[in-house]
Amino acid sequence: MSQYTPLTKKIEDRYNEEIRLRENEDGSELSILNLGPSHPATHGIFQNVLLMDGERIVDAEQTLGYIHRAFEKIAENRPFYQITPLTDRMNYCSSPINNMGWWLTVEKLLGIEIPKRVQYMRVIVMELSRIADHIICNSILGVDSGAFTGFLHIFQYREKIYEIFEEICGARLTTNMGRMGGFERDWSDAAWAKLDKFMVDFPLAWEEFDRLLTRNRIFMDRCIGTGAISANRAIEYGFTGPNLRAAGVDYDLRVAEPYSSYEDFEFDIPVGTAGDTYDRYMVRQQEVRESLKIIRQALDKMPKEGGYHADVPDYYLPPKQDVYNNMEALIYHFKIVMGEIPVPKGEVYSAVEGGNGELGFYLISDGSRVPFRLHFRRPCFIYYQGFTEMIKGQYLSDAILIMSSMNVIAGELDA
Amino acid sequence: MGAAFRSSTYQKNIMKEGIDTNNSDVKMVAAPPGIEGEGFFATSLDAVIGLARSKSLWPLPFATSCCGIEFMATMASTYDIARFGSERPSFSPRQADMLMVMGTISKKLGPVLRQVYEQMAEPRWVISVGACACSGGVFDTYSVLQGIDKIIPVDVYVPGCPPRPEQIIDGVMKLQELVKNEPLRRRNTPEYKALLASYGITVN
Amino acid sequence: MSLTKEIILEKITAKFGEAVKVDAESLDYTAVVIDAAKAHDLVKYLRDEEGFNFLTDVCGAHFPENDKNAQFAVIYHMHNWVDRFRIRIKSFLNGENPVINTVTDLYLSANWQERETYDFYGIEFKNHPDLRRILNMDEMESFPLRKEFPLEDQGRTDKDDRYFGRLPQTNNLPNNN
Repeated sequence: MSQYTPLTKKIEDRYNEEIRLRENEDGSELSILNLGPSHPATHGIFQNVLLMDGERIVDAEQTLGYIHRAFEKIAENRPFYQITPLTDRMNYCSSPINNMGWWLTVEKLLGIEIPKRVQYMRVIVMELSRIADHIICNSILGVDSGAFTGFLHIFQYREKIYEIFEEICGARLTTNMGRMGGFERDWSDAAWAKLDKFMVDFPLAWEEFDRLLTRNRIFMDRCIGTGAISANRAIEYGFTGPNLRAAGVDYDLRVAEPYSSYEDFEFDIPVGTAGDTYDRYMVRQQEVRESLKIIRQALDKMPKEGGYHADVPDYYLPPKQDVYNNMEALIYHFKIVMGEIPVPKGEVYSAVEGGNGELGFYLISDGSRVPFRLHFRRPCFIYYQGFTEMIKGQYLSDAILIMSSMNVIAGELDA
Repeated sequence: MGAAFRSSTYQKNIMKEGIDTNNSDVKMVAAPPGIEGEGFFATSLDAVIGLARSKSLWPLPFATSCCGIEFMATMASTYDIARFGSERPSFSPRQADMLMVMGTISKKLGPVLRQVYEQMAEPRWVISVGACACSGGVFDTYSVLQGIDKIIPVDVYVPGCPPRPEQIIDGVMKLQELVKNEPLRRRNTPEYKALLASYGITVN
Repeated sequence: MSLTKEIILEKITAKFGEAVKVDAESLDYTAVVIDAAKAHDLVKYLRDEEGFNFLTDVCGAHFPENDKNAQFAVIYHMHNWVDRFRIRIKSFLNGENPVINTVTDLYLSANWQERETYDFYGIEFKNHPDLRRILNMDEMESFPLRKEFPLEDQGRTDKDDRYFGRLPQTNNLPNNN
């Protein structure tokens, strides 16, 4: 069954010991089930070796690293603007949040002030990608419990979000959005028009999706009461994001440590009570509505002046006409492309509220144009440790739903 | 011959349901070359089986990373790969025709991919979707397999990072061309066996 | 009274004295450097008495330019949610034999993060319940994030060095000519 990974063999040996030691009253014995790494229901490539008593899970052990791409090592060899595509590919369901988080870290290191308009535009992009992430999580939770219609219906709106991203930066999924100091180009009229249309159409579609699942008898029976975790245990395990809020703790980085002008917006933090699968689903449902509120406020309060980037000629490429006509712009262009930008020596840590929780970037710089050390604090990696505790004693089918509702994304798990 | 093939169906449809299939918006599939008569159509088995196989390729989505999300978009209603015959994504290797490897394959995952490929039943095809599966992509590192064709034979490569759903469908269509024109005996030929032997895959 | 940088530094230096110093490298949050032997006690003190209820991050770093006793570093980020205060704790470790106490008994989230640090740097965490590789292949013998370990796969034969900025006469890859 598992001749291809020696680690799985070690886990199985340990389980075989336990099987030998314990025997049920009716003569049946425990069994080992290997869930993954290539499995339709796991959203990504990670493996769980389960010790089962019939349908109930007695023990579980996770093995990761099947998509380890050594981001932290690559980052030590790339200039700052070449690290953005790497951050895209961590939580690839909501790439712009990762990109913006990285730019906020770099701007913290370099001490760049961002104009209000750019900050509001960043907020819009981050909230759109948070909506996209929650669309995937909740619709795939429906698919895993057998409800395919919700996925098909709501995924059209993810295509609409992709179209907006395409207007802004040219790419659908791995966006590589933003530069040091703002955006690479101003948002076209088509982008604003698509955004306005999205804000009219999507809330209705979200309510339709809600009606399919939220009060659905079958869905509720499958989700309520499974995979519960208490608030204290969740904090010990390092949970952040919707999983923690479902357990009852109202910790949200956008409110606790506001970045990029989040303090200008009024929104609520949805909080669950039991920390089970249903609560996680409901928290994400409500968070999408809150994100829509934030985007609406940002659109209403968007300042007219401010351009689309900060005035930092040391770091932001000048427009091409100036490079060809103006000596100063030519020199700046040369220095930026050749990497002679003034970078201070020092360390910073900056975190944003990603789709899954606190996404942190710890950057040690030694003054050169590549980081000396870049560490990503990935929320999925940290809270996935709690999975074993959440599935002990549950049925196998519940374990699939619990994994789904935790929104484990393999790119972020392994990085 | 092709026109004759179409006109008999046209007559039937017009009389039965009033559907006008002579309308140029409806593209009929061209029939393979063969001999036609009243009530029968004789052609070679290769052509018919090739036609049937190419229009019903069941994928095994081996989705690893970002390309997997674009595959989900391809499977969803806007780009709908089910129109091309891939109605049932089969996660069981025995029941799948084409293995779509989407995303980065690390060296740790290599043996898993190999085992999934070996479990597939002939005839099987492989599409490598995305730059990471084709050649390692952006990740030229110690832990990433620089292309799945290091361990399994690949039929169609779809570049992109991630490729748009239209590109993935284009890859499937190119594979459909390959499947349509493949002779039935190909899997037993010494050249194919030599190809598998060069990868170390034993045929049993 | 909410925490500020001065208050917390005063309390830490009062408790730990000579073992702790302020880290001048930090550009944002309060940061201290502490001896490896006392790091676990500092984390415990901050958790129990100063209200740092959350361990944000545990990571490692490799400084090959430093002297022998300070080549590896383990960095902890802790967060006090009530006072909204973050702190960074750094401990330097010996280059030949990096050993430090684990904080898994204080925070469960440190388990896999320390395994990751071990996997990347070879830093040994004493009393860790299950210290083994987590992200790389189990058979791997070297520690890839150390600075001397190359980024790229050395066994490739298909790269043309002209496109990688490496001239043929100065490369030392075995299979390139």
